[in-house]
Amino acid sequence: MYGWVGYILRVNLTDGTIKKEALDPVEAKNYIGARGLGTRLWIKECDPLIDPLSPENNLIFMTGPLTGTLATNAGRYNVICKAPLTGAMAASNSGGYWGPELKYAGYDGIIFEGKAEKPVYLWIKDDQVELRSAEHIWGKDVNETTDTLKEETDFDARVACIGPAGENLVKFACIINDYTRAAGRSGVGAVMGSKNLKAVVVRGTGAVKVADPDNFYAALSKARKMVAEHPVTGQGLPAYGTEILINILDQSGGLPVNNFRDSGTFPNADATSGETLAKTYLVRNKGCMGCSIGCGRIVNVPDGPYKGFGEGPEYEAGWSFGADCGVDDLAAIIKANNYCNELGMDPITLGSTIACAFELFEIGAITEKETGFPLGFGNAAAMVELSRQAAYREGFGNEIAEGSYRLASKYGHPELSMTCKKQEMAAYDPRVLQGMGLNYATNNRGGCHVRGYMTSPEILGIPEKLDNLATEGKAGWTKTFQDLTAAVDSSGICLFLTFAIGAPELSEQMTAATGIDFTVEELLKAGERIWNMERLFNITNGFTKKDDTLPPRMLKEPVKVGPAKGNVNRLEEMLPEYYKLRGWDEEGRPTPEKLKELGLQ
Amino acid sequence: MLNPEKCISCRTCELACSFKHEREFRPTAARVNVLQFEKEGISIPLMCLQCDNAACEKVCPSGALKRNEVTGAMVVDDAKCIRCKMCVQACPFGNIAYDPAKRCILRCDLCDGDPQCAKFCPFGAITYVEANSGTLAKKRAYAAKMKEALQEVTK
Repeated sequence: MYGWVGYILRVNLTDGTIKKEALDPVEAKNYIGARGLGTRLWIKECDPLIDPLSPENNLIFMTGPLTGTLATNAGRYNVICKAPLTGAMAASNSGGYWGPELKYAGYDGIIFEGKAEKPVYLWIKDDQVELRSAEHIWGKDVNETTDTLKEETDFDARVACIGPAGENLVKFACIINDYTRAAGRSGVGAVMGSKNLKAVVVRGTGAVKVADPDNFYAALSKARKMVAEHPVTGQGLPAYGTEILINILDQSGGLPVNNFRDSGTFPNADATSGETLAKTYLVRNKGCMGCSIGCGRIVNVPDGPYKGFGEGPEYEAGWSFGADCGVDDLAAIIKANNYCNELGMDPITLGSTIACAFELFEIGAITEKETGFPLGFGNAAAMVELSRQAAYREGFGNEIAEGSYRLASKYGHPELSMTCKKQEMAAYDPRVLQGMGLNYATNNRGGCHVRGYMTSPEILGIPEKLDNLATEGKAGWTKTFQDLTAAVDSSGICLFLTFAIGAPELSEQMTAATGIDFTVEELLKAGERIWNMERLFNITNGFTKKDDTLPPRMLKEPVKVGPAKGNVNRLEEMLPEYYKLRGWDEEGRPTPEKLKELGLQ
Repeated sequence: MLNPEKCISCRTCELACSFKHEREFRPTAARVNVLQFEKEGISIPLMCLQCDNAACEKVCPSGALKRNEVTGAMVVDDAKCIRCKMCVQACPFGNIAYDPAKRCILRCDLCDGDPQCAKFCPFGAITYVEANSGTLAKKRAYAAKMKEALQEVTK
């Protein structure tokens, strides 16, 4: 095969067996790779109704056909399993160098089954694959684990591992590769922890081949030029990272503030922005394998209580620990974000859960008796300490570790959890970005911004500017963004590319790489197939139309101040049209005709 | 010219290099490598420095290494090369390697005057320039600092 390397590893952690299997080319063509193909392989083999933390929940690492090539920014892989946070399908996307290295070792992906009796890690050196004891590193953070494993295997090996949060089954634990790149959302790290799998270490010396090198070179050169010349991918993101969005969203009124209670404007937003980061703690920029953007921020806080070296924050963490917690101390935000990298947690869910706890405290639903110290918006020290405690399930951190839905429900206020399908929304207020609201409500993995990034047309004006407060036409845009993103995520390239390139450029690179004629129509159809496959899994798990919604605050409490003052999300104006455009019935179920069209019966 | 302070650690150069020479993506076959110090967040691209007085050329027993007069690159003649790997050992920088997969010597040939690493490097950490322009650029940057210092004291 071209693009794909053609093999997957199957590792049974219960009995320790390791098998190399050929990749099915038909499945690869229909589901592309990474998110799509990994989800397909999970659904084929697992009972959808299992407990996410049971040994029966396969944990799949999967790359895409472009991963590890010179295609535009193709450093990515996905981790797929049933998610402990949501009960929906998790496919968490990460960059760095680990995914490409797995392909150089000769594998498109790895399927982990069962559960090891004691902590283990997998060591892959091309054709030599073995399970080794990880008892000596169990309990260690990501940096120490990565250092130790590189020392005992190969200095050039790449490490994907969990930190203490994954071991402690924190519901939003990540898997972190290359020290600071995360398969971040939905709690895939907890599934890895439940299997007693500490790390996957890989060193590959082989090649990824493409079907048509000359056309591939032409296609990627053209696409790279577009990326370099686009103001977002060629200037904004390289200069200020994703944190460039803080001031942009604040000016639009769409930056959520204090658990979305006080959205509209964050008075000192600029203190947490990418521009300020560049002037203060930024050391240099960093990119993943083959990246031409370099949105990564290496930072150093030289002194004070939050002294430390690390990477980030990116926009979501800058918001979740910042505006959402009412905190404008950039050093404190960096510290909490460093905890996420070192201990292995998703900063969106963590920061948003802390914000929820702050509000619960302010209304008296929880007190110092439960928390041990005072909480409240603007309390940077409490935000940082809760971040650390969550990873170890220490003190009140044990409640934070469950995510905001379970936290708020336990203390009698589920309406204060800013979640869709139990997963926290990201840094775009759906009362201000109406289309993003529709995307959150219909997203197969719950509150998620990266699978239908409506911010692009609604705020940034890419590919064209839409009125963010209007609902008209948003159903069609959301569907197209969701389907295209499913194809992009599955191909192995970075989503940020789609600011500059579109389906035609992806089509040219995919076709030349694989030798299969991936037309624009085929790619979008594959994306739609993947979306519907995820939807069917959710339906089997009992998700219905009533779950395609937003927190009541988004539908009932108008924004109090700022340019979008007075708005709520008008989901009911968009959802029926969305179902119709998707070819679903009025209850949001794919019709038999649609399933037949997509080959999903 | 190498400007490690501009390197974002993306290893695009390695991908471009192996694609040009092997028509596949195999960073272990790249003639350029990015040495990463990940925890410090520093990375240094390294490749053949095209020494005027080249140890590899001197040590080669079969006369397989010859300077391309047009590009200035030291190039291996695969037909003459006996794969003794003396050049690999002689290079003081580790910038020559042996590829066990294809049984050949891996060294930068400046892509016949169109080096792909420089072409694809997104932030100018690797550039293809006249030999002395780099020196002058460094001098200019240093002089600018001195100028600022002078302005400071003469204010």
